[in-house]
Amino acid sequence: MKISVANVEHIARLARLELSQSEKELFAGQMDAILGYVDKLKELNTDNIIPTSHAVPMENAFRDDIVHPSIGLEKALANAPDRAGSFFAVPKVIE
Amino acid sequence: MRYQPVIGLEVHVQLLTDTKIFCGCSTTFGAEPNSHTCPVCLGMPGALPVLNKKVVEFAIKAGLSTNCSITPRSIFARKNYFYPDLPKGYQISQFEDPICQWGWLDIKIEGQDEPKRIHITRIHMEEDAGKLVHGELSGPGDGSGVDLNRACTPLLEVVSEPDIRSSDEAVSYLKQLHQIVTWLGICDGNMEEGSFRCDANVSVMPVGSDTFGTRAEIKNVNSFKFVKQAIDYEIQRQIDLIEDGGTIVQETRLFDPNSGTTRSMRSKEEAHDYRYFPDPDLVPLVISEEWVESTRKGLPELPEQRQQRFMTDLGLPLYDAEVLTASRAQADYFEAGVAAGGNAKAVGNWIMGEITRSLNDSGASIEACPVTPAQLAELLKLIDNGTISGKIAKTVFEGMFRTGKDAAAIVEEQGLVQVSDSSAIEGIIDEIMAANAGQVEEYRGGKEKVFGFFVGQVMRASKGKANPSVVNELLLNKLKG
Repeated sequence: MKISVANVEHIARLARLELSQSEKELFAGQMDAILGYVDKLKELNTDNIIPTSHAVPMENAFRDDIVHPSIGLEKALANAPDRAGSFFAVPKVIE
Repeated sequence: MRYQPVIGLEVHVQLLTDTKIFCGCSTTFGAEPNSHTCPVCLGMPGALPVLNKKVVEFAIKAGLSTNCSITPRSIFARKNYFYPDLPKGYQISQFEDPICQWGWLDIKIEGQDEPKRIHITRIHMEEDAGKLVHGELSGPGDGSGVDLNRACTPLLEVVSEPDIRSSDEAVSYLKQLHQIVTWLGICDGNMEEGSFRCDANVSVMPVGSDTFGTRAEIKNVNSFKFVKQAIDYEIQRQIDLIEDGGTIVQETRLFDPNSGTTRSMRSKEEAHDYRYFPDPDLVPLVISEEWVESTRKGLPELPEQRQQRFMTDLGLPLYDAEVLTASRAQADYFEAGVAAGGNAKAVGNWIMGEITRSLNDSGASIEACPVTPAQLAELLKLIDNGTISGKIAKTVFEGMFRTGKDAAAIVEEQGLVQVSDSSAIEGIIDEIMAANAGQVEEYRGGKEKVFGFFVGQVMRASKGKANPSVVNELLLNKLKG
């Protein structure tokens, strides 16, 4: 698959990134090279390999349903760019 | 042309855990905004989510109770999108290999003897997003506020196949699912607070076609009544559009309860491209056969099984069995009343009648009913052994409900013991016949309807305490002269 500038623009829009024309061309080339390497991996026979979702051989990490103290309102809002009372304030979102 | 609606439902069930799905913050409703948050649910970089085991147990219970297979190895995935109520920029959900798959519910449809099977595609676990508030902020400006207390609250999403063909079937399916999750005690079922909410995928196709039409997804339907309204409106909108030569576009639509209509949500129109991928922070979930079986053994008797038992073992009619199993608490109350010696049919009638009415009036739930099942059984015994009449029993019950006292105490206090003594009743009858000589003549002249008048007068004179069958018998004899 050849990655086009249009592909890069689509992905950039989904990720809310604004890219210049030269960046789009640069990333199209880089992404194309990465996917080219994936094509190389496809040459391997993986018929009897279960799809790998995780790199570490671990399963079932649980916690019990026991309440731990939260960090508190002030700490929660400490990094907020803007607040209104106890809320994070954001530009108006309407449906 | 005639059209066939095709409907599939996605139901979000908020789980009754004490803590969130991936952190130890409390899930209590109504706390001060953002006070129940921590680095995990705030989406801070580097925070590690750890799965709440109870969420898995609840999911297995839900799956087994809806005839699903439990997936031996399931994984969590990131669903990527941007919205201000989603701090991480992705929602942790399940995509491939959800925890439950291939289930079904058999729903009852009014006017049809045979139940209809609605298949369940999958049930998966996921975290809820935060809450946005508009126009009620104490701070400056006219922006929106974000409250992340709800972020990371555990949800099950139950996805049905497009097997549903009408709004009535949709409501019936939802009610049954609602009954199951509340019965299991895994969800409080509060639709107004959003603990049980539904999105409906609706399309129409010409009758006889086997190709589904383009569907619209309706969001924000938070009551059974609104589900019916929203689906009916959407079906008609799509038919009208097609008849006018238009085309249905695949889109998300918002139900507006005030107007009973649906409208397009432009903000969600952008093609959904969630770029799911396995969440590396959460290791695979492996559920052994033993875990599934021990959960199965711990399941309560489900509403349908209990209905069957009430009919076969206790001889209740279908209607009574259905009403009494509307909630687990009500079914428990009924069984406790029967166990305390009450006649099953009578206990059922009292629950469906006086108890339901009194609870509705006082706004209490049956768990908090001031009259215990044993007390109800005692009241029924007093009727059976003739101490009080069925009519007086209602007065006694009111007293019991108000004060929590036993039936015998109320009867004693208010002097409500039934009078079956013939001589006492004869005395009353004689007085009334003497005072109403005209009616006596009418009766003897063949106007038998006047009999009821006399019964009423005697009962009133005895303040309802005269034994009705004794009154009837004596009156007949005396009136004949």
